[in-house]
Order: sequence, then C-alpha cells, then structure tokens
Amino acid sequence: MSFIQLTNIDAGYVRGKPVLKNFHLNVEQGELVSLLGPSGCGKTTTLRTIAGFIMAEKGKVVIGGKDYTGVPPNKRNIGLVFQNYALFPHLSVYENVAYGLKRRKVPKELIPGKIKDVLNLVSLIGYENRLPAQLSGGQRQRVALARSIVIEPDLLLLDEPLSNLDAKLRDEMRAELSRLQHQLGITMIYVTHDQIEALSLSSRIIVMNEGTIEQMGTPQDIYERPETPFVARFIGFDNHLKGKMIRNSEEGIRVAVGDTEILSTRKSGRSSELQIGDAVEVFFRPDDTEILDKKLPNTVEAHIDYANYQGNTTQYSLSVEGTAIRAIVAGRQVPYNAEKVWISIPADKLIIEEDRGH
Amino acid sequence: MKNSKILLLILIVMFVFLIGPFIVIIISSFSSQTVMRFPPEGFSLRWYDKVLNIEMFRTTFWMSLKTGLAATFTALVLGVPVAYTNVKYRYPGKNALELFFSSPAIVPGLVVGFALLRFFIYVSGIPILLGLYLGHTAILFPYTVRVVSASLRNFDAGIEEAAVSLGSSPLHAFFAVVLPNIQSGLIAAFILAFITSFNNVPVSLFLTGPGVATLPIQMLVYMEYYFDPTISALSSIIIVITVIIVQSAEKVLGISKYM
Repeated sequence: MSFIQLTNIDAGYVRGKPVLKNFHLNVEQGELVSLLGPSGCGKTTTLRTIAGFIMAEKGKVVIGGKDYTGVPPNKRNIGLVFQNYALFPHLSVYENVAYGLKRRKVPKELIPGKIKDVLNLVSLIGYENRLPAQLSGGQRQRVALARSIVIEPDLLLLDEPLSNLDAKLRDEMRAELSRLQHQLGITMIYVTHDQIEALSLSSRIIVMNEGTIEQMGTPQDIYERPETPFVARFIGFDNHLKGKMIRNSEEGIRVAVGDTEILSTRKSGRSSELQIGDAVEVFFRPDDTEILDKKLPNTVEAHIDYANYQGNTTQYSLSVEGTAIRAIVAGRQVPYNAEKVWISIPADKLIIEEDRGH
Repeated sequence: MKNSKILLLILIVMFVFLIGPFIVIIISSFSSQTVMRFPPEGFSLRWYDKVLNIEMFRTTFWMSLKTGLAATFTALVLGVPVAYTNVKYRYPGKNALELFFSSPAIVPGLVVGFALLRFFIYVSGIPILLGLYLGHTAILFPYTVRVVSASLRNFDAGIEEAAVSLGSSPLHAFFAVVLPNIQSGLIAAFILAFITSFNNVPVSLFLTGPGVATLPIQMLVYMEYYFDPTISALSSIIIVITVIIVQSAEKVLGISKYM
C-alpha cells in the first residue's frame, strides 16, 4: 500500500467545476515527487487537498495508513513550505520554529534542543533572535524549512519554494533541499512549474495539465520519453511538425511531413498504438537539430527567417511550410543568406505523437 | 513648465481653502474682544480660560469621550469578524452585504440620525444614553469594517495557513498570528472611528436629550446664544489634540495606508 493515496478525488471548485476530477495519486514513503505543470493545471489544488486546506468533495485521502478524508489541516501531521515563506512577521526565528512544537505540546525542556538541532541542520545557528524582516530571502526559506521539519511531519509539502529566490540562491537551496531529503528520508511533494527544478530534485515527476496527470515517471522518463504532446512541449520539445503515419516497423516509425519522409527510431509510450494513415505530430528539441545546405535522409526543407550568431552556438528561426521552427546549432553551419536549407533531425531524437488537434 | 505653475497655483488655492478656516479660527481664539471678528484685535488667553471654566463643556466633553470610546470599541469588536469574513470568504450576496454594512457611511447623517431616533427612542423606548451609544456604534461600524478590511487584505493568508498546518485551530491562529500583525490597522480604525464619533453632529443631534449632550451639540447650543470667541478657543483645542493624535499615530505606525 502506498504511503499517500488519493483516490477518486473531486476537489477545488472554480465556477462550479472541480479543478481535480476523479483524480488518483500514489506516492511511496521517502519519495520526492514533483508535481510539474503550468499555472492552473491543478498542482497547487492537489497539494492543498493533501494538506487539508481544500476538502475533497468526493474521494478519499489516505496518508501513512490513516484516513485523512475530512480531517482538518491542523490535525494532520503535515509540514508546509510556501512560495513566499509565510513566516510569522512578529515572531523571532526561534519563536517561529518553536510555534509548531508548542502547539503539539512538546515538553518545554525538550524544545530548545530540538530547535538547536534543526537550526544547525539549515545552518542558521546564531540567527535565533532575528525577526523575519531582518533576514535575506534564502535565510527566510531556511527558517520556513526548519519550522516545518522540526515538528517531524509525516510528509513535507513544498509549494514553489524557490521561485522567489534569485538564480544563484535557487541553485544553492536546491542542493540544500536535496541534502535534507536524503538526510531525513522524509517524503516530500514538491510543486513547481520549473522543469529544471523538477528534473534535478525528484525521484519521480508527475506532469499535470487541466486537472489530470499527463505522465508520471522518473526524470529520465519524462525528459527522454514524453508520452503526450503536452508533456513533449512542456519539457522542451518546442518544435512540432504535422505529418501522416506511413509505416510502423521494427526499424521505427515512418512519417510523411509534406513530401518528405522522416524516420523516428525512438520509442515513446504510445507510438506503438498508432495506425497507418493517422494524423501525427513530430516533436524535436531545438538543440537536437542541424542546419544543412543539402538534402540528406531525415531532413526537411526550410527557409531561414532569422539567424542570431552567439559565438559557440547560432540560433535560427526557420519556417517549414509555414510552421515556425527554432534551431540551436554549434557554430555557424550555413551562410546567413542561404535561400534553401535542410533541417536534419537524428532519428533517435524525434518523437511521434498522435495529433490530437492542438 | 507653464503647466506645473498652474498646478502649483491650484494646489495653493486648495490648501488655503482647506486649511484657511482652521487658521482663522485659531487666530481669532486669541482675541481680547468679546465679539468674534477677523482679524482679531488685541491678544489674550481669556477665552481659553473661559472654556475650561464652563461646566457644560466639561461634562459634555466627558460624555463625548465616553460615548466615543465605548462606541468605537464596540464597533471594532463587531467590525473585525465582519471584515475577516468578507476578506477571507466568498459567498453569494457578498457585494450586497458589503454595501449594506457601509450604508451608514453613505446615507446622509441626518437621515441616519432620524431613523435611529424613530427606532431607538420612539419604538424601543430605551434610555437616551443607551440610544446615543448604540447610534454611534452603528455609524462607526462601516469605518472599522473598512479600515480593518484594508489591513487584512495586506496580510498574507499563507501566514495563517502556516499556523494552522503547525497545529493551530483556525481560532487560535487568528488570535496568535492574524491579530498581532494587523495591530496598526486596528489602531488606525480606532483613531478614525473615535474622531468620527467625537466630531459627529447630525446623528447626535437626534439622539441627545435632556441631560445628555455631546460636546459638538453643546457647542452648537452655545453658539446660538453667544457670539464670543469661546467656541474658537474650544475648536482650537480640539484641532490641536486631533492633529497630535493623528500625526503621532502616522509617525509610529504609518496608519495612512489603511484610510
């Protein structure tokens, strides 16, 4: 039995419609699972349903074998870390961290020791008497972390915890979170819209869209083998061309894009279900391309709208039969004024998905 | 360049228009003549001396102070939960209810006073003093709701949720985390409501009676009989006290952002 089980959840009504409908989620103990998706995809609603701030209208929430359906948030043993830290502005660092311990009636003589341990863990010894306003963004997030892990929660929920920090601090805090997770072995659910954060932190990623799970898998699964057009696009397969399925064989899948035939040798989740004649979309990453001045196998004809030389790479904006394509290639591969070029995409870097009319 | 000169002129005219009367009153209060005149002739503090020695002013001052404090306190105690509910929750008919709560601030004071008179004194037959207190509470309520709402809107709801996730009941979280962080809003609401009550004429006019009068009503009555600068002196005192209270609250708490 999984550590967290959301079964058949309907929750988070917006204008009479549930954000999550018939939603299922299982998370194992000790996992760090990311909920990844654009804003409005339901990832925050999922988090708040687990925390208890949104009560599911339907379905069941089970955490660590306890049925939490209908249990108010203050009776669930769950730590929460917010995007804007949500520290108590009128309390010192020490009192912020002590808050949960006092509410849990932890014996008074044990509190100072626990606080010292946790502040040590997040490298904030010496800051006990500061107010939140006297701390930097990174330090505030450390206090928020300390405050939520000192109560030894069954589960830690993090809602875009790094998005208010600048790039350098974000890298640091990411490493720190990873270390904490390994050190404490605590189950974490991490909500983010940043794919790099999700890829680098998670043991498993759940990509969400419009209240449903598009795909779940390891970071490699998600990055290498997106199973739906949405996931492909979200994870950086920015280029897509429309085509028609011609053949599905041992060698791979052959697709016609315009007059050109293209081969994909890459297996993605649902490509084997495709039938000959189906409308499909071909996805590839801008940095998996090459720009050539002659036709070769697996190339499509394109014309350069714009080229931006950036030293080690050149960024091209191209169009293929009216579809805009972006390419990032090493060095400068063709003259800027080339009339006709061919975009080459390696067969193992192409993903074929059913065209769902997006 | 030319534009900014015109703007400056408008600013000065407005300033004179707003502040001028106060300056006239303050200057005329130092007159040594027995009839109000501007510019005053001579200089004396005799009218200040007189104000402090007229018993009616002393008793009505205390009446205004007590009414103001009691009504403000009550309006705050009632206004905080209403503001909290309105900021935090959505429910059908919320806009209509918000409008209803602010109606005493929109409807002319005389109408409110008359309505309260009909309701309190004629229909319920309750004592005048109680009517005055309840009437002031009713007119202050929209002010406290509005100012407290503004400060609650500035307060991050996540902070309250953090307290709940750490084990506080919603009620405990409100007292432990929300209230301490909207203190300056509460003080702003208190000051605004108290000054509103202390200066109120139209509602008090209907709800005062034999033996029960507030200071502004007493001042009106006095002015009907005497034309000496006593009222100027009293007004000056009130102006100075008000300015001191509001300025120090602004310096210490920055209350203007809630008003």
